[in-house]
Amino acid sequence: MEFKFNWEENKDKIEELKKVIEENKGKKGALMPVLHEAQRIFGYLPIEVQRMISEGLNIPLAEIYGVATFYSQFSLIPKGKYQIGVCLGTACYVKGAQAIIDKIKEELKLEVGGTTKDRKFSLQATRCIGACGLAPVMTINEDVYGRLKADEIPAILKKYME
Amino acid sequence: MKKVTITIDNQVIQVPENYTVLEAARSIGIDIPTLCYLKEINEVAACRMCLVEVEGARNLQTSCVLPVREGMVVRTNTKKVREARKATLELLLSNHNRECLTCTRNGNCELQTLADELGVKDIPFEGEKTVAPVDTSSPSIVRDPQKCILCGRCVSVCQNVQTVGVLDFTNRGFKTVVGPAFDKGIGNVPCINCGQCIAVCPVGALREKESIDYVWEAIDDPNKHVVVQTAPAVRAALGEEFGLPMGTRVTGKMVAALRRLGFDKVFDTDFGADLTIMEEGYELLHRLKNGGKLPMITSCSPGWVKFCEHYYPEFLDNLSTCKSPHEMLGAIIKSYYAEKNNIDPKDIVVVSIMPCTAKKYESQREELSHAGYQDVDYVLTTRELAKMIKEARIDFVNLPNEDFDEVLGESTGAGVIFGATGGVMEAALRTVAEVVTGKELENIDFEQVRGTEGIKEAEVKLGDLAVKVAVAHGTGNARKLLEQIKSGEKEYHFIEIMACPGGCVTGGGQPHVSAKDRMTKDIMKERAKALYDEDKAKEIRKSHENPMIKKIYKEFLGEPNSHKAHELLHTHYVERKNYPVDEENKYKEYFCDCK
Repeated sequence: MEFKFNWEENKDKIEELKKVIEENKGKKGALMPVLHEAQRIFGYLPIEVQRMISEGLNIPLAEIYGVATFYSQFSLIPKGKYQIGVCLGTACYVKGAQAIIDKIKEELKLEVGGTTKDRKFSLQATRCIGACGLAPVMTINEDVYGRLKADEIPAILKKYME
Repeated sequence: MKKVTITIDNQVIQVPENYTVLEAARSIGIDIPTLCYLKEINEVAACRMCLVEVEGARNLQTSCVLPVREGMVVRTNTKKVREARKATLELLLSNHNRECLTCTRNGNCELQTLADELGVKDIPFEGEKTVAPVDTSSPSIVRDPQKCILCGRCVSVCQNVQTVGVLDFTNRGFKTVVGPAFDKGIGNVPCINCGQCIAVCPVGALREKESIDYVWEAIDDPNKHVVVQTAPAVRAALGEEFGLPMGTRVTGKMVAALRRLGFDKVFDTDFGADLTIMEEGYELLHRLKNGGKLPMITSCSPGWVKFCEHYYPEFLDNLSTCKSPHEMLGAIIKSYYAEKNNIDPKDIVVVSIMPCTAKKYESQREELSHAGYQDVDYVLTTRELAKMIKEARIDFVNLPNEDFDEVLGESTGAGVIFGATGGVMEAALRTVAEVVTGKELENIDFEQVRGTEGIKEAEVKLGDLAVKVAVAHGTGNARKLLEQIKSGEKEYHFIEIMACPGGCVTGGGQPHVSAKDRMTKDIMKERAKALYDEDKAKEIRKSHENPMIKKIYKEFLGEPNSHKAHELLHTHYVERKNYPVDEENKYKEYFCDCK
């Protein structure tokens, strides 16, 4: 999936990143805090951002990419405006969470870990979110939907499409 | 060094206190198996092959990173140890593309050897296999993730030794793959093609891009005049492929083998090296006399040249404009030799046998051509040559010694030592010193620039001129040296840099040496010795005294650095982008504040 990096829109964010790099430069273990900040600032870590960090901290890009793809809190593609999380914890799973995920994938033409082209929705399979009594559970940003059935999904998603 | 007493398999021994259990065991002939371990380069305890039982420890310990301790009691051959090692190996093999018969490493694969030695008869684990495409994007290096065992040796050598760092572990768990950032092909990242990753790979996950079939095709084509040339370092290592001891000089047998393979002429890149010394020596003198850019840095090593283009473009004007020796010889073959022998250069195929994978990339550089023909058509590594010799069923070890073909096969001791670190420097000094002073050197052995120290320095008196020189091998050392020059800490007139640690004798295209042998043998030294021996045995040991060199300048080139010489034997360099992004200009504008 291709998401073009918009330089004009990211101008201020780049300045912010430069400051973060400057603060951490030369420190031992600088990469993790800088990646965290970069993820927060941009919402994802495209090659443009990783290269800035690579040149700024003098760390090979391959190493940065290795770290960025190792930890699941880093993302290489932008997260959607609405971040859908479907719990795949044990309780939700036995209560049919897979069918929920499949339905979302079908409705939004989206893979787990992906983001729609219009950057509106992204989909994650999450670990147990601690709402087992409501299984199967889905979250969309701060909203929680419990005791779901797959055929309720289209109506719920529709609310966020406007 | 203080010693400690430990017991390994009931043997009480004393070893230096900085030893690991692995080193201690091997010092008394107990061969603990390893896969990921590479002395001083990759000591990460990832493969779990070297597990041992240590009295008092709860679990089996990885001996490669376990320091010895006074009174330690170690057992390396218990049921528990054997079973753990074997199960781990079987798991590794369960996700390995086990097509050994058609694998380039068939016969010298460290994984294959271990499977045999540990008695693996059956792989009980069946499961998913890594699916990832073979990366053929580079003209030098092929990467096959389905053969990779994730030992990390290539990652360490690329990052820590060469300081290039284009390989790393990506993703996690079962999806882990060693490769470049953003799943790019290795040909699309700032890789310098040195092939050190291939040299350390225990399996066939990294290998050179073979050109053997193209060369056979050319040889079989009656309309092609196929000329082969061999780099100095090849003769110092080729014998290893046929079971000869490391450091055996096989120049004569190599020439005989090449002739039997069907090449029309067998020339010596050493002649190209002599030519390089003439051109580079005079270039240095010119720069010294006319306030040219200094230090001048050698340009024979295409891995180093690409390193400079990617990582130190500010030094590009310091690079000698000389083409590398085999490219020079290629250009001469397709001009002077073609003219003399009345052969149309379009019918000539030049094949270079090199200890090097970067030469494959180099030979495709557009600017290394003349009159529309690439100077060199195909580059084969030492390993590929060995494969051709085996394919042709030639009994290499019992071949007679033969001489190179005349004219461009004539060479000197100066040309031979190009293959070892410091050799180009020494060869250049032999010629430059005599040109400057007009007198014969009393001692032509410049011992100061020999040896395997990472960076070597010397001050050499050339008449009234005190010339400061330095030699670096391995791009990690080159980086150190260049940083010292940038900071003003050091100043030199002339520098030799080779991309590979040890120079060409330990190039990325040389015969594989197992991690086990690397522990006991000094490959750099043993192979280099073969070259210094050949130098000593040569009648002529200075490039400018090579009668054919004199002849070619008289008949064809005129003077060193003449117009014609420049046209044929010199080149230029370009700054190369590392990981270019879609809108490179905006990257500069927004991130670097430089438009």
